[in-house]
This record gives sequence, C-alpha cells and structure tokens, in this order.
Amino acid sequence: MKIIIVGCGKVGGTLAKQLCSEGHDVTVLDKDASKLRAMSSGYDVLALEGDASSYSDLKEAGVEDADILIAVTDSDEKNLLCCLIGRKTGNLKAIARVRNPVYNSEVEFFRKGFGLAMVINPEMAAASEIARMFRFPSAINIETFAKGHIELLTFHLPEHSKLAGKPLTYIHSKLHTDVLVVMVKRGDQVTIPSGDFVVQAGDVLSIVTGHGQAHDFFGKIGIETNRVKNVMIVGGGKVTYYVAKKLIENGISVKIIERDRTKCDELSDLLPRAEIIHGDGIDEDLLLEEGIEVVDGFTALTGLDEQNIMIGLFAKSVSKSNVKLVTKITKISFDDVIAGLNLGSIVNPKEITADYILQFVRSMQASVGSEMENLYKLPDSNAEAMEFHIGEQCKACDIPLQKLRLKKNILIAKIYRGDHLFTPTGSDYMQVGDTVVLVALREHKITNLDDILES
Amino acid sequence: MNYGIVIYVLGWILRIEGVLLLLPCVTALIYGERAGFAYVAGAAIAFVLGFALSFKKPRSTKVYAREGFVVVALAWLVMSLVGALPFTLCGDIPNYLNAVFETVSGFTTTGASILPEVESLNHCSLIWRSFTHWVGGMGIFVFMLAVVPLLGGSTFNLMKAESPGPVVGKFVPKIRDSAVILYGIYLAITVTEMLLLWIFGMPLFEAACHTFGTVGTGGFSVKNVGYMGYSPILQNITTFFMIACGINFQFYFYLLAKKFKLAIGMSEVRAYLTIILTSIILISFNVRGMYTTLEETVRHAAFQVGTIITTTGYATYDFDKWPEFSKSILLILMIVGACAGSTGGGMKISRVVIVVKGMRKELNSIIHPRYIKKIQFDGVPVAHETVRNTNVFIAIYFVIMILSVLLVSVDNHDFTTNFTAVSATLNNIGPGLSMVGPTQNFSFYSGFSKCILIFDMLAGRLEIFPMLLLFAPASWKKYT
Repeated sequence: MKIIIVGCGKVGGTLAKQLCSEGHDVTVLDKDASKLRAMSSGYDVLALEGDASSYSDLKEAGVEDADILIAVTDSDEKNLLCCLIGRKTGNLKAIARVRNPVYNSEVEFFRKGFGLAMVINPEMAAASEIARMFRFPSAINIETFAKGHIELLTFHLPEHSKLAGKPLTYIHSKLHTDVLVVMVKRGDQVTIPSGDFVVQAGDVLSIVTGHGQAHDFFGKIGIETNRVKNVMIVGGGKVTYYVAKKLIENGISVKIIERDRTKCDELSDLLPRAEIIHGDGIDEDLLLEEGIEVVDGFTALTGLDEQNIMIGLFAKSVSKSNVKLVTKITKISFDDVIAGLNLGSIVNPKEITADYILQFVRSMQASVGSEMENLYKLPDSNAEAMEFHIGEQCKACDIPLQKLRLKKNILIAKIYRGDHLFTPTGSDYMQVGDTVVLVALREHKITNLDDILES
Repeated sequence: MNYGIVIYVLGWILRIEGVLLLLPCVTALIYGERAGFAYVAGAAIAFVLGFALSFKKPRSTKVYAREGFVVVALAWLVMSLVGALPFTLCGDIPNYLNAVFETVSGFTTTGASILPEVESLNHCSLIWRSFTHWVGGMGIFVFMLAVVPLLGGSTFNLMKAESPGPVVGKFVPKIRDSAVILYGIYLAITVTEMLLLWIFGMPLFEAACHTFGTVGTGGFSVKNVGYMGYSPILQNITTFFMIACGINFQFYFYLLAKKFKLAIGMSEVRAYLTIILTSIILISFNVRGMYTTLEETVRHAAFQVGTIITTTGYATYDFDKWPEFSKSILLILMIVGACAGSTGGGMKISRVVIVVKGMRKELNSIIHPRYIKKIQFDGVPVAHETVRNTNVFIAIYFVIMILSVLLVSVDNHDFTTNFTAVSATLNNIGPGLSMVGPTQNFSFYSGFSKCILIFDMLAGRLEIFPMLLLFAPASWKKYT
C-alpha cells in the first residue's frame, strides 16, 4: 500500500520503520531536513521536506494516489487540516493524532464530518492501557474484540497454579469455564495448542474470554487477581486525568499528588471523587505520609521520565510486595536497561499510539472487500489474533467446523452471534452476521476469512 | 566497519559480474573464437569467488554511510581486477596492468585505451570492452539493487556512494523500484539507439558496441578510426544519444510520470543544454574555414561538444588540429562534465551552478557585510551541507588533479599531454590533447603513471570520496 506519514517524530519514525519493513511504499514528510536525512539513510522510505498543511507539498508526496495518510505532527490543527486536504484530494483513509482534551468530545464529529478513519489521542490511549493494567494486574497484555465484548489476555502461569501440568481440556471438564487458551509460549517456542496440550508453570498463555469472565477463571486456576482497590498517582497531567476518570468509573479509588496548585484545583473540579493532594511527588516523606506503603496500585505519570523512574523504584522498595506498579516513560529509549529496573509495567504513550495506528493499517491491508475488523499481534510471538465480521457468504460459512479443512495452527476462538457469545465446538458453524475471533500464525498471511481453509 | 557486510556485498557484485561475463562467452560462441574460453574461465572465477564471499549472510546487515562508501570503492576495484583477467588470458592484452587499465577505463566509462589498434582483437574482447561501459554507466550497485533483493532498509547508502551528483534522490519510496525505473529507462534508450544505428547502416555488432559506448558515455570503439569512418547520419544519431545520456535521468522519470512542468523546470538540464548550444555556436564560428559546408562544420562541432561534455570520448575529427580557442572550450567542457544523475562524468553541471551562485553570494557579502542569501536550486533552497560538500569536493578535485599531473610528469612528457591525460581520466572522458589526442593512446606511459591514472579514473567515476575513504585508516576501524 502507498502510505504517507506526515511528521517524523518518534511516532512517525516508528511507524515508518515498521510499515516499511512490512513492505509498504512509505513516504515521509517533515519540515526538519536533518530528521529526514536520518530517516532516508536508515530506511527504505522516500523522505520529502515540506509542510503538513501545504496542499502542494502533500501533492508532491503523492497524496492523490495514496491509500493511507497518517498525520502525526505536534500540532493538532495541522494534523486535521492535513487529513482534510488528503480526504479532498484523494481516495484515502486518513488518520490524525489529536491530543488536546478540548477536542475530545469532537472526535465523533471529526470522524463523521471530516471523514477521518481514525482519530487518536496518545494520552487517552495510554490512559486506557494503564487503567486496564490496574483492572487485571496479573495480565501482561489485554486486547479487546467485538466492541469490548471479547477480551484477549496474556499472562504468566505461576508455579502454584492449579493449571500447571494439566492438559487444556481440564479447563472445560473440571473448571467449567468458557475460556479458550489460544496461544502458549514456552521459551521461544510459540504454539497454538489443541485440547490435549499440557501446560507448564512459567508458560506464557493467551486466553480469549467474554468480558468479565477472566476474574472467575483466574480465581479457579489459583492466580490471585488481587483486585486493585486503590491507586496512587503522582503527577496531574492529561494522562492522569484520563486514568483517574476511568479508574473511578470502575470503582477504584484514586489519590493524585500534584505539585502545581492550579492544576490541583482543575483536577478537583473535573474529578470530584478523586482525592487530590497538593505536594511534590519526589518528596519521600509526603509519599510515606500519604500511604505509599499500603496502596494496591501505584503509578508515576509526571512529565519527566527520570522522575517517574526514581519514584517508581522508590515505590517498589517500600510498598506491599504485590503492588501493581505502572511507570510512564515517554522519551528515554534504553528499553533493555529499563526492563531490568523492576519498574513494573512500562507504558509509553508514543509507542502505544504507533501500535494503535499499525493495527489499523494492518487490518486495512486485509485487502479491499475483506471483512477483517481488527488484528493484534500477540506479545513477543509470531501469532496474530484477528476479528472478522462476516458480511457476505464465504466458503467457510454454514459448514460445521469439524468438517472444515482448516490450515494447521489456526484456531477459531469465539463466535459472537446477535447478543450471544460462545466458544464454538465441532458441530457449530459460522454464518452471515457473525463476528468471529480467530488466532493464527503470521506465516499464514491471513487477510480474508477464506484464507483459513486449506487450498 | 562492518566487515561481514562488506565481504557479503562484494561477493554479490562478483556473482553479478560472473553473469555479465557470459555475454562475451556467447559472442565467442557466435563467432567461433577460441578466446571465448578465457571468458568462461573469467566467469567461473567470478562465480566461485562470489559464492565463497557471499555464502553466509552476515549477522548485521546494517550499511552505514561508512560501509557504503568503502564497499563501493572496493567493489569497483575488485570488479576491474577480475574483469581484466580474460583480456590477459586470451592474449588480446598480454600485460595484466594494461588489461586492468583498459577494464577500469571501461567500467568508469572513461574510454582511454592503451591499445594502438583494436580491429585485430577478438569479437568477444571487443564486446566485453564496450559492455563494461554499459554496466559502469548506470552503475553496478544500482543494477544489483534492481535485481537482488538484498539487505532491507539501509541500502540507500550504497546507491548514494555510487550515483553521481551532489544530492542523490529516489524517484519512488522503494529503492528497488527506483533502481528498476533507472535501468528501465537506460535499457529503453540503449535498444532505441542500437536499432537506429543498425537501420541506418551500421553492422549489428558494431552498432551494439558503439551503443554501449554511447549510452554509458564511455567511448571505446571497435574501429581504429573511431567514428571518423561512419556516415553523417550515424554520427548525428550518436551525437543525439550522447547528449541524451548526459541529462539527469530524473528528467526522463518526470516525462514518464507526465510531470512535464517539473521536467522543463529542471534548471540543471536547462543549463546543460544552454552550455552545449553556446559551445557549438562558438566552435562552429571558430573552425568555419576548415570544412566545406555549414552542415559539416556544425556536425563536427556538435559531435565533439557532445562527446566531451558528456565525457564520452568518441571523435569524428581529430580536434587536436583545431584552433586553440576551440580546444580551450573543449578543455573547459571536460571539467564541467554532464548533469548529476546521468551516466556522464566530470564535475557535474549542478555543482558548477551551486559554486557559481556561491561565488556571487560571497562577492555580495563583501559589498554588503550584512547580506543574507540562501542559495537556491530549482526554486528550493540548497541545504548548507550540500553547499559545503560541493565546495570541498571541488577543492579536493583540483588537489587530486594537480598532484596527479605532478606524479605523471615524472615520465617527462610535455605539459599538454600530462595535463589533458589527467583531466581526461579524472573526468572519465578518454582522449585528451597532444600525445593522448583522439587518434592516440595511453600505452606509452610508465606502469607507475598508469596506476595514477587508474586511481584518477576510479576517483572520477565514484566522485572522489569513496576512493579517499578507502585510504583513511579510520574507516577500517572495527565498531562491532
């Protein structure tokens, strides 16, 4: 596909690199020549100097016959204008990064009125991620399908779990839960398991469940979900606001420590149910006084990465052993060092933004006319989970699954029909109108539901 | 320096050279020449070496600018050393150093020869000599990038090191697609010229060899008298194609993409054509008494201007016999050279334009000390790095030229010979004046001088920096 990326910062750069390696024709446009030089000498992209909101510059970048336009400059208005120009000039999907909270309520309008395919707010995206981490502290990663009705969780199977050493059929026969294990990663080996697969402690499992069923499952296999009941947040920026809002909606109590008085006042206006403390988050005594030792969840969301790291390390050293710790890191890029620091889960708004956009592009790639709605790469593996909406007759429809000749290593995980969600058995079949979630290895290159059949 | 990748890429270049060497093998088969075995042996050597070197893909395939420059310089050297073997093996050029000189001259599209007469050579040697022009004209790395799906992202540094001009751009996002487009255009021009020459009466073999020499702007001929023996129409066709191949290939890409406005707006192409036209008029006026008709005067003037500015090196007339004014114009054109991004050599028009604009700016800033001006090219400001690079390039260029003249002068030939010999090799033209004039050759130089001239040819084709980096100890340092 022909993709134009406008703005060559961290997000634009990550996207260009990734999309390029996936074989797309990528053109990047930026004002800064030195960034472009680094880009074009490192990756196989066409780098052009130009302004995001200039029609002629966009035209030179080939906006007329591009398939996707991604506007990720640091100005919301420029991004929007850029996408508008793109929509008016060519037949393309436009993606804009818009981060000012003022526009939050207008996102729907941007999508419908301006015809944008996707509007992404990095802080909001990061906040959703953080909030989800507090809801499922034991999960490494959580994705949602079918508008949130289906969840895909990835977690480490601990030593003491009841599931360790048992075949997967145990989940249905003995635990009576409707949970499907779709991927097991042992060392570097990734498997899409069948029922007689025996899991071991230390494996990384990905499971697909209905919304809200995961807790029950975790309880039954003996993983403490240690529900987070209260969270302490240091720093009162945009991400904090979004996180706090989401947590409070989920019934988790929130304490925010913010240095700036006016920000405290604003937060207190916006979040009447949160507890706002006016004070400096790098003050050890203040943190102790406010009970850092007993909170269930702690996150450092100040604007300075160094500060977040220090505060995170401090929290780890004084808090309860099972505290859920989330650290936001935006700029610092020494991933390996940070991973070794015991900072809990790391959240990087820019990487999340890039990931979201990548997912969108990948599902777009599922050629024109195909019904793929969502595509996720399972963490650190070569397996993908994808969601299809069956809009028209396909070859695999209306045939009991056991009679389908599926390719190896493909698993139909869930079918969502009407309001009813179920894990299909051999006698079930897919039909028009269903939403289907399936997991497959990437080497199958599935872009269409028909691709799952052995040819 | 990432040695793994340097060796790997060298291996691939040799593999490709092995394939290219099959052309003379086929030629030998057609003409039933025993010399063909030398080329089979050459191809075999290239294959074996190539497979040995590129057997294992290196762990890190990152090509930084440093690796790009060094591998390109090395590859051109190795390619010439291997490409020269068949000449010596089949006995057409018994002295190996002479054979290397001839091959380097071929790959760098110089066209300077050490052969006093060529008609007694085997057909397979003749076509290989000319074919090296064709390959060297557009560049072996561009060819490699077009046909071998190689290394992923960072191959742009290879293209940058080999392609001529101050700024190297891609036409389309994918480097491979760009390389394919370039070779596509190149191939189309080649086939057109070959057909035209053939239709208008040149035997097919000669048409093929001369086409390779023309579009690569090389200058090897298969005739002892070069182009002097051909009919006016053949000379005119060649003039046209020489000049066409001296144009920046971006121009043809714009034409293909139907962006005519952008094509016509390219100031480098306009300057190039203006210089050609002016030179033809001046020379025609200067030599008017020497020919009987106006047509003949203009034809010879145009051919010689075309051959020199594009650094091809054919001749329809021994321009050493022209008046001094015309010879001086040709000497200046030698140095100016063709457009960036073409197959021609020399300093390149765009560099001259940037330097001239820089001079004007510098003069103005003496008159008005607070004068601020950005140098523009095609209506876009030129990056400071490009201006600096251009100035340094020209400085080094003249330093190399002066040093080479000094070193070559040890052989004790006259100044015009030495100066034009260096100038003709450094600018990849071929013939100079006096003892290296269009009807002469380079065989009388000593081995040492030939080595100097070989260096000059490679430095000229690769635009100096890769060859210099080859000798910089810092670029050989191991980083990983």
